[in-house]
Amino acid sequence: MEALGLFNYWVVVFLMMTGFYVVIAQGNLMKKIVGLNIFQVAVFVFYISMAKVKGGTAPILADGIEVYSNPLPHVLILTAIVVGVATTALGLALVVRIRKAYGTIEEDEIQSLEDDS
Amino acid sequence: MIHYVLLIFMAVVALGLARQRNLFAVVILFGIYSFTAALLYVVMDAVDVAFTEAAVGAGISTVLMVATLALTSTEEKPATWRVCPLLVVTLTGAVLIYGTLDMPRYGDPSAPIHQHVAPHYIEKSAAEVGPPNIVTSVLASYRGYDTLGEVIVIFTAAAGVLVLLGRYRPKKRRVPSRKDQAVARKTTTRKAAARKASSP
Repeated sequence: MEALGLFNYWVVVFLMMTGFYVVIAQGNLMKKIVGLNIFQVAVFVFYISMAKVKGGTAPILADGIEVYSNPLPHVLILTAIVVGVATTALGLALVVRIRKAYGTIEEDEIQSLEDDS
Repeated sequence: MIHYVLLIFMAVVALGLARQRNLFAVVILFGIYSFTAALLYVVMDAVDVAFTEAAVGAGISTVLMVATLALTSTEEKPATWRVCPLLVVTLTGAVLIYGTLDMPRYGDPSAPIHQHVAPHYIEKSAAEVGPPNIVTSVLASYRGYDTLGEVIVIFTAAAGVLVLLGRYRPKKRRVPSRKDQAVARKTTTRKAAARKASSP
């Protein structure tokens, strides 16, 4: 059981690296934004994993409950989710504009169009 | 134990996402990924975060992405396999895994994160702020400035989106002139007459 205590963090690292790979290796701008979101959700899972206390319940005060999970990371991630959607929306708007200007959302095609002009 | 299953499911979905070339499938897989994360938050006691992830992360994000696909294209061109990014990713991952070895184990109540301000919030928030939900108290009162900052970020993002897309609305439809309306009326009456004639 001792070794499995870090399993959450290992999966989080795997998810983060999957997102990171999509962002740096794949040329489609839409895919890159999805990759960024994968990375972001992985960080959220990391924070929420840290907040969990064994035997605890959701941090809502009730009679007869002694152990609560840590509410602070929940608050931070609540803020981060909303900010994340705002930045995603901005990124998607940029993708739409790039598509209007160049007719493609593939990075290398945009690069070659730039080199030609 | 269910969180192990959900975590593995998330990893599988993420891998499928990275390999998938059809962007519509990518977006839908991202929706699945996000909803699975929401389930995981419920298992790990973060119910408020789960609500927000399901509504905002999985809901609004997916809708925005599908809308973007409608304005761009749904097919990604076939990828060329590159070694360098894979190497960078593996190295970074290895370093991060090494970093986790020092971390407190999952659910450990004596972890440093649970010793700082959290006990104060849990013990005093009912008396100091009021609502039984501690997350609400912290969000709206103890860390109210964070929420203010969040509002500023959302405002900036909304302004950015409007600046980027606002001028490029599709052309307005021509307002039908009186002559067009007369023609339209005539066709409808003709259609009605035809319908009357065809019915017994």
